Amino acid sequence: MSAEARDADVAIDVEGLTKSFDGKVVVRNLTMKLRRGRIHGFLGPNGSGKTTTIRMLCGLLTPDSGRGSCLGFDIRTQHDEIKRHVGYMTQRFSLYEDLSIRENLEFVARIYGVRNPETAAQDSIDRLGLKGREEQLARELSGGWKQRLALGACILPKPDLLLLDEPTAGVDPKARRDFWDEIHRLAEGGMTVLVSTHYMDEAERCHDISYIAYGDLLAHGTVDEIIDSVGLTTFRVSGGDLTALSDQLAREKAIDMIAPFGAALHVAARDPVALERIAQRYGGDHVWTRDRTTLEDAFIVLMSRSHEAAPERATA
Amino acid sequence: MSGTFSRFSAVFVKELLQLRRDRLTFATMIFIPVVQLLLFGYAINNDPRHLPTTLLVQDESSLARAFLSALTMTGYFEIVHVAHSEAEADSDILSGRSQFIVQIPAHFGRALIHGEKPSLAVIVDATDPTATNAAIIAINGAAQIAFDNDLRGSLAYLRATPPPFDVRIQRRYNPTGDTQLNIVPGLVGTILTLTMLIFTALSVTREIERGTMESLLAMPVRPVEIMLGKIAPYALVGAAQMGIILVAAVGLFHVPIAGSLALFFALTMLFIVANLSVGYTFSTVASNQLQAMQMSFFFFLPSMLLSGFLFPFRGMPDWAQIVGEILPLTHFIRIARAIMLKGSTASDLVFDTGALALFTLAAMGIAVARFRQTLD
Repeated sequence: MSAEARDADVAIDVEGLTKSFDGKVVVRNLTMKLRRGRIHGFLGPNGSGKTTTIRMLCGLLTPDSGRGSCLGFDIRTQHDEIKRHVGYMTQRFSLYEDLSIRENLEFVARIYGVRNPETAAQDSIDRLGLKGREEQLARELSGGWKQRLALGACILPKPDLLLLDEPTAGVDPKARRDFWDEIHRLAEGGMTVLVSTHYMDEAERCHDISYIAYGDLLAHGTVDEIIDSVGLTTFRVSGGDLTALSDQLAREKAIDMIAPFGAALHVAARDPVALERIAQRYGGDHVWTRDRTTLEDAFIVLMSRSHEAAPERATA
Repeated sequence: MSGTFSRFSAVFVKELLQLRRDRLTFATMIFIPVVQLLLFGYAINNDPRHLPTTLLVQDESSLARAFLSALTMTGYFEIVHVAHSEAEADSDILSGRSQFIVQIPAHFGRALIHGEKPSLAVIVDATDPTATNAAIIAINGAAQIAFDNDLRGSLAYLRATPPPFDVRIQRRYNPTGDTQLNIVPGLVGTILTLTMLIFTALSVTREIERGTMESLLAMPVRPVEIMLGKIAPYALVGAAQMGIILVAAVGLFHVPIAGSLALFFALTMLFIVANLSVGYTFSTVASNQLQAMQMSFFFFLPSMLLSGFLFPFRGMPDWAQIVGEILPLTHFIRIARAIMLKGSTASDLVFDTGALALFTLAAMGIAVARFRQTLD
């Protein structure tokens, strides 16, 4: 495959990326290839190396080993090009609290050398519905507005790739919905988006998902692909004393996951025959019905598997 | 009661641990008082010796030579240059190369023997009166001793008091030895040093502490651009400060501006940028605002004490003078006194201007090299 063909289709291409801090491995041998023009969800428990990976992608951290490219630019050597074409929205609000919305946007526009900073800032204000607030200082804004401003600042220079690190943490559902509508509009316009999140509903809005835990990439694909790859059979159990049932089921080796699901319980196992048998044994007051395995079910299983695997690795 | 004590000890231990980890703060806490005690304890000398002197000898008689050797014996004068014309001697004073011109006029020896009471001219750069006062007293003594030895035999009658000659002392630039004329130009530099330093010293650490550095680093902006962008606004503030101080200097202290105001303005701007660069350099080295402040003070105190602002520069031991030569304030004080009081021109001040420029470039170079472009 020629370099050009690779560039045309792949936005992020990393291989064997490893990073440790003070001897603690945060990202281990990460290999991942993300296509252009799609929304990629980046999921994993806290401290699993998502932020570190994103920072390596935009040149803020230097990997200990491994190689990678972002939009065809080498993440080790071509920082300037990457910075020019990648928008990075940090987890914590990192624009200037003591500047107004307009001043922040104009600052960004000037940094990126946008031809007419005042107009660009104004366009951004209009697009993000920040009109009427443009003279407010960033520190006076609520979480939702701050996030909107941060996104506006990121997309103002029209990057080809958007890296969003938990952009909706602490933001209300309405603001989150608006935010995701905007992300989809941007993707339709050809932008590639990598967004880390803890929210399942947000993960389901992504075209592709990468699941990373303790530095390892555990699963990669579309929502359905990930659910299929975990290979779970799931029952929904309702009625009777579900708390007691949950305790009893926890002792069953065949069961991989028990999780409360509204007023019911989600019980999943990789072995469908064993699960059927358990369902019959614990009939009684409880009503067992086959249910779709959700993304959350899949992730809980992935997370507990990686937990079990973690101690082995520590000694290795 | 025991609860209070345990909470107290918890905080106490925590603070100790944090302090131990913040090595620079810990080091400076111990280092600063010790170093400054040593520095200033030894450096301050209001009776400086070996002051650079230009000779203008127009008389080759043995009496003239005797006077010169006695002058050197006092220990206050060091002949750095023998000039052949008055203009040549004057330029030494204008450039600050010498602090004195000793002129032995033509036919001095003959006039003395003939009882004509000739004059020795001693021209003093009085912009720093503290430095020159003791030396002026020594001149009279030297003349007395020199001629006592030579006026023997048939010339012994000339030894009578009052001495058979005059020492004419001409205090240039500050004829009344007014301390304010000496202090004010120095004060301009001192104030600018303190304020400029602190402005930029906080600039990078503030970005780090407020979390804005992460965004800034993810943007396509280069360290030099960040540096200059942070220095430039304060250069304007510095220019405004300079204006205010200048108005006060002229209006309140009646300090003259003998030289070119434009030259003074240009060189002061250079000095302002020099200080802003140091502050910025500190900012890139320090890991928090407190450290940056401490470093600023660590720089400011020797600037004030070793630059010739408070105490005569030439009275300090060699090592202290070397430290002083590195500091921008030293050069600025020379420039300010020279332009305001002596009316020196740009060509007189090439050395000090060059030193300031070199210092600025070095500080900026370090700052750019030190600037961390990643979060590693």
